[in-house]
Amino acid sequence: MTVDENVAQVSNLLLYSAMTAYLGSFIAYAADLAEGGKEIKAREVRRRERAGGEAGEAGEAGTVLTEPATARRRRGAAVGTSLFTLAALLHLGSVVSRGVSVHRVPWGNMFEFALTGSLVVAVGYLVAVVRAQRAGLGGGRDARYLGTFVAGPVLATLGIALRSFYVEAAQLVPALDSYWLVIHVLVAILATALSTLGFSATVLQLTQEKRERVRASGGNPGGAFMDALPGAVELERTAFRLNAVAFVMWTFTLIAGAVWAQVAWNRYWNWDSKEVWTFVIWVVYACYLHARATRGWDGRRAAWLSVLAFACMLFNYLVVNIFFPGLHSYAGV
Amino acid sequence: MARTDETHLDDLRDEYRDAQGARPAARGRRGRASAPRAAPLAPLEFARYCWRQLTSMRTALFLLMLLAVAAVPGSTFPQQGNDPAGVARWTAEHPTAAPWVERLQGFHVYSSAWFSAIYILLFISLIGCVVPRAGVHLRGLRSAPPRTPARPERLPEHRAAHLAADPQRVLGAAGSVLRGRRFRVEVRPEERGGSVAAERGHHRESGNLLFHLSLVGLLLAVASSSLFSYAGQRLVVEGQTAVGTTFDSFTSGVGADESDVPPFSMRLDSMDVAFEARQTSQIGEPRRFAANVTLTEAPGEPARTETIRVNHPAKVGGTQLSLSGNGYAPVIVVRDGSGAVVQDGATPFLPQTGNYDSTGVVKVPDAVDAAGRPVQIGLQGVFLPSATVGADGNPVSGFPDLANPVLVMQAFTGDLGLDDGVPQNVYELDGTGLTQVLDEGGRPFAIQLAPGESVQLPDGLGTVSFEGVQRYASIDVRRTPGQTEALVFSLLATTGLVLSLFLPRRRVWVRVRPAAGGGSDVVVAGLARGNDAGLAFEVDGVLRRLRRALGEDEPGTAPGTAPSPPPGAVGDDGGEHDDGARGAGAPGAHEARAGARTEEGR
Ligand code: HEM
Repeated sequence: MTVDENVAQVSNLLLYSAMTAYLGSFIAYAADLAEGGKEIKAREVRRRERAGGEAGEAGEAGTVLTEPATARRRRGAAVGTSLFTLAALLHLGSVVSRGVSVHRVPWGNMFEFALTGSLVVAVGYLVAVVRAQRAGLGGGRDARYLGTFVAGPVLATLGIALRSFYVEAAQLVPALDSYWLVIHVLVAILATALSTLGFSATVLQLTQEKRERVRASGGNPGGAFMDALPGAVELERTAFRLNAVAFVMWTFTLIAGAVWAQVAWNRYWNWDSKEVWTFVIWVVYACYLHARATRGWDGRRAAWLSVLAFACMLFNYLVVNIFFPGLHSYAGV
Repeated sequence: MARTDETHLDDLRDEYRDAQGARPAARGRRGRASAPRAAPLAPLEFARYCWRQLTSMRTALFLLMLLAVAAVPGSTFPQQGNDPAGVARWTAEHPTAAPWVERLQGFHVYSSAWFSAIYILLFISLIGCVVPRAGVHLRGLRSAPPRTPARPERLPEHRAAHLAADPQRVLGAAGSVLRGRRFRVEVRPEERGGSVAAERGHHRESGNLLFHLSLVGLLLAVASSSLFSYAGQRLVVEGQTAVGTTFDSFTSGVGADESDVPPFSMRLDSMDVAFEARQTSQIGEPRRFAANVTLTEAPGEPARTETIRVNHPAKVGGTQLSLSGNGYAPVIVVRDGSGAVVQDGATPFLPQTGNYDSTGVVKVPDAVDAAGRPVQIGLQGVFLPSATVGADGNPVSGFPDLANPVLVMQAFTGDLGLDDGVPQNVYELDGTGLTQVLDEGGRPFAIQLAPGESVQLPDGLGTVSFEGVQRYASIDVRRTPGQTEALVFSLLATTGLVLSLFLPRRRVWVRVRPAAGGGSDVVVAGLARGNDAGLAFEVDGVLRRLRRALGEDEPGTAPGTAPSPPPGAVGDDGGEHDDGARGAGAPGAHEARAGARTEEGR
């Protein structure tokens, strides 16, 4: 079967359009965050004026959080979400047309892996926004505060993929021509996307924790817009949930990879460099889950372990794929 | 996923010991000085202390982290097991570092003493940790749900309600509602009213145990794979037949050898290869590798034809035959000075590049020159399937398929070294003892032939003819016992993991008292291991179902804590939305957790 180069062309055009829309949504979300920050600061000032200063700075700072920050009409966030949705649709179109042009699943090399993986992240974010919205105001958090932290990385991923990993749409080499490509790599993409979302939540959690500590010791943590985000405990819970699902996905990736290896290389485990790193990622996530149950290691230290696991994942994708020799030489760059 | 009470208590006991300065070592010393009669106990005590340390969560965590770190060097240094050529290259390139890496077992990390020590300790720790837990858990499964708290309305998560039905009916209905929610239930009638105690999610712990025990099974399966597996590589040229036990290279675990290979034979009928020729950016990318073979499982058995492709191995019993490579074997005929054919056959050349620039040699140990003197001839060179002129002016291959096959070789005479019995690489000439054959101008004599061409060697050494090209297949013949077991244990481990991570563990109590003006006063209270976002929904749901079961409509809002739905717990009554998170160590860690602790410390 030959490659349909016109459709491949369409896929690239859609991708460029999607990136433009992501850029727009990133700017709108960032503007919304900045505005939120200003508003929270203004409210703090008003409150301090009302209190007449006699209560003292430290006590004041601690009470800022109690006023819901979601009351404001958020035009920036609304524009950001519309643009983001548009971008995700274009992105989806790009992924689908890429697959159509080569008559196979669109994840046969590093470029396509990044293209499809970032789409999963984008869709995951939109699902979170819709669910938070349906949970209603008040109780449900407005997940759109995360928009900047999703649109930015998705845009960066696409940019790097286009710049450094781009390969033209093409048929598969025989080594990849197997239905295990569909299973193994799809699960790996889902695991990677979930780990990425888990990582974002962890970074926010660690930031909030730092700010809460500063505030508890009477300091001013700065970054007022962060007050709009959930607190460290809630973020930890979100990060854990994402990481736990990602861990199960990694487990499936390992198992499916081993089954494929038995078919393709006659041996289910070769300690090939890519296998080694997938194993390392798995063990570090296991450390993270263990740490959460080990006294003295839960909370912040466990969170750092999940950051380490994510770093290993990036290393596996960006460094091992390209620079380490091995059987998994399908990067296509 | 909560710690068992055991683990907690062990940790606490250890810390208590440390605080008392009563570390066994210290006590041993003191024991000898002041209370000699206590001394015989010390070693036992010490062993117990070590055991407890080894099986503690902190040690397990440490060993797990060590395992991750220890696995890394295996990806930075080439490994003997999967890349022996890489090891040889690395050793040649790093003459000072290589002996050290060798001494530290860096070329076979995963069978090294230190890597083995880490995982063996880890698994001892695991068994020591999990087996006692399994005992506790089994006993827990048989025992009744926990005692009803004296005042359930003190638990952070509770709802109070007034129901019209009498206490007996309410109790009965509460029991069946909770059973319907897959709780383990005990109804405890009292003189006035009574209570229902219910617990669910104990299979969270079963899942955890299943996960860890399956890891032990997986380890054993993998160990048996490496002990009893064998692997042989064999190169077969089109038209040739490979007989089971003759290999170019063979490796096996200690529990296997060549006699375990089935006595099959395999003829390579044809090798079907295709490369991308149309799409300009992908020219030369491989598109199809397929070996059409005729297999005979044992002498005398009927033959069958099969196609072995990448990702489609063939099977002979439990032995798997897979296509691991392919290349070209030019048919080279050498006649010596007397005109006798001294070499005739397809000679496999090893591809070096994506365009199949391939290197190979021909060794002719028994030739005579024109004068009838014995002479040994060696030919060395490259085969180019689609020869063009490269950027540096030398011939290279521009495409992997046979568009313009050319053989480029140089000739040597002298001692090929075949007689001293030292095994030789059939793909290389050992240069010592050989002199290059020169042309009249004193330059190296170059052989450059297209199929069907011949060339006369200088000095009456004879002729070399390039008669044609055949393809060959490299076949990997391997048996890996234990693979099914490994798969089964990994799937069991995954099942256990999912249960252990996502099954919420909750206790619910319903206390019923007769109300002053008739009917019943009901309190539904819940408690979870860890930080359970779905607990509030569970408690709400139980009360709502209880009302429905009794046919009583819901009046306004019931007193008690009114939960707001957490994100991600939308769209149902949240029964499954536990996450076991503890949020521990984070500021503002929860009362729910404190509650769980107190309750467990019962
Ligand atoms: C091969 C080594 C090990 C691996 C890969 C591993 C992995 C894991 C993972 C992924 C979890 C979280 C999922 C779950 O709760 O089931 C876990 C939990 C747990 N592991 Fe391990 N483990 C290992 C060894 C050990 C050892 C040696 C111990 C005992 C010292 C241990 C005790 C526990 C306990 C008690 C939990 C439950 C934690 C909780 O209550 O949240 N594990 N383990």
